[in-house]
Amino acid sequence: MEFFSKITNVNFLAQRRVAGVFSAILMIGSLILLIPGVRGLNFGIDFTGGVLLELAYQGPANLPDIRERLAASNFADAQVQNFGTASDVMIRLLPREGLDNKQVAGQIIAVLKAGDPTVELRRTEFVGPQVGQELTEQGALAMLFAMLMITAYIMLRFQWKFALGAIMATLHDPVVTLGFFALTGLTFDLSVLAAMLAIIGYSVNDTIVVFDRIRENFRKIRRGEPEEIMNISVNETLSRTIMTSFLTMLMVLAMLFFGGETLRGFSSALTVGIVIGTYSSIFVASALALALKATAADLMPPKQGKGEGEGEVDSMP
Amino acid sequence: MNRFPLWKNLLVVAAVLAGLLISLPNLFGEAPAVQVGLASGEPLTDSGIERVNQVIASQDIEGAAPYVDKGRLMVRFPSVDVQLRSADSLRLALGKEYLVALTLTPNTPAWLRAIGLRPVPLGLDLRGGVHFLFEVDVSTAVKQRLDSYAADFNKLLRENRIRRSISVTGNELLIRLPDAADADRAEALLKDADPDLGIERRSSGESVMLVAQMTPAQIKARQDFAIQQNTTTLRNRVNELGVAEPVVQRQGADRIVVQLPGVQDPAQAERVLGATATLEFRLVCADENPLEAERTGRAPLGCELFQMRDGGPVLLKRRTIVTGDQLVDASQGFDQGMAAVYVRLDSKGARSMLETTRENLKKPMAVVFVEQKRETVERDGKKIEVPRVEREVINVATINGVFSSSFQITGLDTFEARDLALLLRAGALAAPVYKIEERTIGPSLGQDNINRGLQAFLYGFAVVGIFMIAYYRMFGLIANIGLLVNVVLIVALLSLLQAALTLPGIAGIVLTIGMAVDANVLINERIREEVRNGSTPQAAISAGYDKVFSTIADANITTLIAGIVLFAFGSGPIKGFAVVLCLGIMTSMFTALTVTRAVVNLAYGGRRVERLSV
Repeated sequence: MEFFSKITNVNFLAQRRVAGVFSAILMIGSLILLIPGVRGLNFGIDFTGGVLLELAYQGPANLPDIRERLAASNFADAQVQNFGTASDVMIRLLPREGLDNKQVAGQIIAVLKAGDPTVELRRTEFVGPQVGQELTEQGALAMLFAMLMITAYIMLRFQWKFALGAIMATLHDPVVTLGFFALTGLTFDLSVLAAMLAIIGYSVNDTIVVFDRIRENFRKIRRGEPEEIMNISVNETLSRTIMTSFLTMLMVLAMLFFGGETLRGFSSALTVGIVIGTYSSIFVASALALALKATAADLMPPKQGKGEGEGEVDSMP
Repeated sequence: MNRFPLWKNLLVVAAVLAGLLISLPNLFGEAPAVQVGLASGEPLTDSGIERVNQVIASQDIEGAAPYVDKGRLMVRFPSVDVQLRSADSLRLALGKEYLVALTLTPNTPAWLRAIGLRPVPLGLDLRGGVHFLFEVDVSTAVKQRLDSYAADFNKLLRENRIRRSISVTGNELLIRLPDAADADRAEALLKDADPDLGIERRSSGESVMLVAQMTPAQIKARQDFAIQQNTTTLRNRVNELGVAEPVVQRQGADRIVVQLPGVQDPAQAERVLGATATLEFRLVCADENPLEAERTGRAPLGCELFQMRDGGPVLLKRRTIVTGDQLVDASQGFDQGMAAVYVRLDSKGARSMLETTRENLKKPMAVVFVEQKRETVERDGKKIEVPRVEREVINVATINGVFSSSFQITGLDTFEARDLALLLRAGALAAPVYKIEERTIGPSLGQDNINRGLQAFLYGFAVVGIFMIAYYRMFGLIANIGLLVNVVLIVALLSLLQAALTLPGIAGIVLTIGMAVDANVLINERIREEVRNGSTPQAAISAGYDKVFSTIADANITTLIAGIVLFAFGSGPIKGFAVVLCLGIMTSMFTALTVTRAVVNLAYGGRRVERLSV
C-alpha cells in the first residue's frame, strides 16, 4: 500500500503568502483569545489554587440539584461538571477567605450526602495559592527555556536562519493550541502544560526532518533556486511527514477515547498540536527560512570539511 | 552486504533478553499483604524476625511464607479478608514495639526477587493514597532561635548582675543597658557566649542599646536544621501511622513531600502529620476575675486571658512551667474511666515541674493545647495564607501532690488522647509546617486509571501495528518488532530505576510509541525512495539506514531537550512523564536503528534479493 506512489510535486512555497496570512490570523486570533478579559485560559486548580472534589454517584448525577444545594450552602461559586460519565461529578472551588480547605471539602460532602447518601468521594485535591503562582511562573519559564535550548541546537547544527524559521514555526504551534484551549474553555492543568512541551518537541522534530532534506538537496542539486530546492525537499518528505503524524495521531486518539477523563486535556492538546505542527512544518518553517533569504551557501560544509560526508554525525554506531 | 558483525547481533540479543527478564516481574500482579517492622524504624534483627515468625506460626495465620524485604517482614495473603483479620491478631500479639501495616505487595516469584528484580512501583494516582506537600515556616524557626538567645542572655546578664531590658523585634535582638560601662561588660559576655553573633552598639541618651543579629550563615544553618528536623519528625509520625512504603522527602528550599500509599483517610493523616500541636503547663491566676478581664479586654499584670475548651474564660500566668519540647514520652491510657495521656518529662522539665508543684500545692494548674493553624485572608487584593496560633485550655486541675517527671493529663476524648500521645511521642516540629497541597486518590480510581492507560496503549498499538504491516508489509512487521522491543526496554529501565509509574507516565509510553514509529517511517520511506531511484535492494537497505541517521539524531535530540526541560521544571506526575519521554527517546533510537536493522539483515542480508517487501 502506498499513498504517494511517486514523489508529489506540489508547489507548497508558492502558497506561502496564503499560508502566511492564514497563520497570522490563527496567531493573532489565539493571542486575542488568550487575553484574560476576552476569554483567557480556564486554569485548573494546579494553577489557581483551590479545592477539587471528584465524586461518584450510583446513577446519573443531578447536576442542577447539586448546584442548587451548593448555592444554598454559600458555595455559589463552585464549578460543577460531569467528569467522564454521567454519574461522575467534578467540583472545583477557588480558595476562600477564612475557611480551611479541609473544612470546605468536609462541608461540601456533608451538603451532598444530605441530597444523596450513596455519593462516593473518589478524589480530593487541594492546592495552596502560592503553589499555583509558582507553577505558572515555572511553566512559562520551562517553555521559554526549551525554546532557547532548541534554537541553540538548530543554530549549531544548521544555521541561524533555519533556527529562526524552525523556532517561529514551533512557537506558532503551542500558541494556536493555547488559543484552542481558550476558545473551548477546556481546563488547562499541569498535564496540558506537559503536552505543550511535548508539542514543542514534536513540532521541531517534524521541521528538522524537512530542513535536513533541504540541507541534503542544497548540497546535491547545485543548480536551482533555493525556493525550488526547498519545494522539492518538502515534497520528498511529504509522505513521511503525513505518515508519522497520522500514526502518532492514532496513538493520541487512542488516549483521547480510551484514556479516561484524567488524560482528556493532555490528549486534546496533543491532537490539536499534531495537526497544527504538521501544517506548520510543511507550510510555515521553510517559508520563513526562505523569507530570511536562506540560500545554499548558508548550509555548505566548511571548506576543510570536504570529503567528510554530508553531516557531522553521519556514521552509524 | 548487510550483515552485522557477530558482536552487534549478540548485543541486540543480549539487550532483548535482559529487557525481557528485567520487565518479567511486572507480569505477576499484586497481593494483599501485611508488613511487620520495628516501630522505631530500625531494620528487624534476626531474633526479631524469629519472634515475628513464631507469632505468625502460633496465630494460625493462613498466609504465604513470610520473607524479609528491606529490614521488614512481608506476609502475603490470598484475600483482603484474611489480611485484615491477620493484621489485627498480629497487632495484638506483637504489641507496641512492632508496627503492623497493611499494604499490597508484588507477587514476584522468589527466584526473581532473589536476583534483585522488582516490578515498576506504581505512583499514587495508580494505586491510591494521599499526597501532601508541606511548607516549613522557616522564619518562625529563626524567630524561635532569637527568642532562645534572649532567654539565655537574660539569664547570663542576671547572673552577672547587669541591669538590662531585652526584647526581640523582627530579626534583631535588642538589649538596653543603663550606661556604657555595663554595655562594655555585657558585650564582652555576649561575645564570649557566641562569638559568631554580630553585635552592634546604638546609643540613645544615657542608656546604650546593644543590637544582636544572626549572620546569614547562622540563619541558613538554622533554616536547614529546622527542615532537617521537621523531615525526621514527619518520618516518625508517618511510622506511627503505620503506613507501608511511605515517602518523606525534602523538596526545594523549604518544602517537604509526604506520600502515603493506600491511606484513604487524609483527615487523620493530616491531623497527625501537619499538626504542630503541643502542650504547655501554666499556673492559674486564681486571685483575679477572668470574666472582668474578658469584659474589659485587659488582663491583669503577669496574666494572660485564655478560653476554656468547654467555654468560659480563664486567666493564666504568663510564665510557662513546662513546654512541649520537654516531653520525652507520652502514651494513651485510661484514668478512672476517662481517656488520659501519660506524660514523662526530661530532667529540665521535671525540675521545673517539681519546683512549681512544691511551691503551689492546692493551687490550680492548667494544661494548654497549642496549635499552629493557617488561614486564607485577603490582603491588597491578593489571597495569601497567614499563620495563626490557637491556644486552648483543655483542663484545669488542682495540684494535689508534688510530682516531677511522670504524670497524666485528662480532659480529652479518646481520639484526641490518641492523637496527642502520638504527636508528643513522635517529637515536636522545629518549625510550624503548613499544608500547601493535598491530593487524595481513591483505590477504585487508581485501578480505573491503570485499566484506561493500558487500554489506550493496547488499542493504539494494535491499530498502529496493523497499519504499519498494511503499509510497509515486511518492513512494517519488522518495525513493529522494534516497537515491541522498545516497550519492553522502557518497562525494563523503569523497573531498574525503580522510578514510580504514574498515569502521565503511561501517557508518555503511549506517546513514545507514536514518536518512535517515526524513525522507522523515515527509514522505510528512504528505502522506497532508493528503490525508486534504481538502487539494488541491498544498496537501498544500506542507504536507507545510513542516510536517515543524522535526521533521526537531530530530531530526537531536540525532543530530548524538551523532555529534559520538562524534567527539570516539572514536579510529581509531570516528572514521571518526562522520565518516560526521555527514556523512550533513547531506547527508540536503539530499537529503530539497531534492532530493526539486525532483523532486516537476518531476513535479507548476505544473499541475492530480487525485490524488497516494502
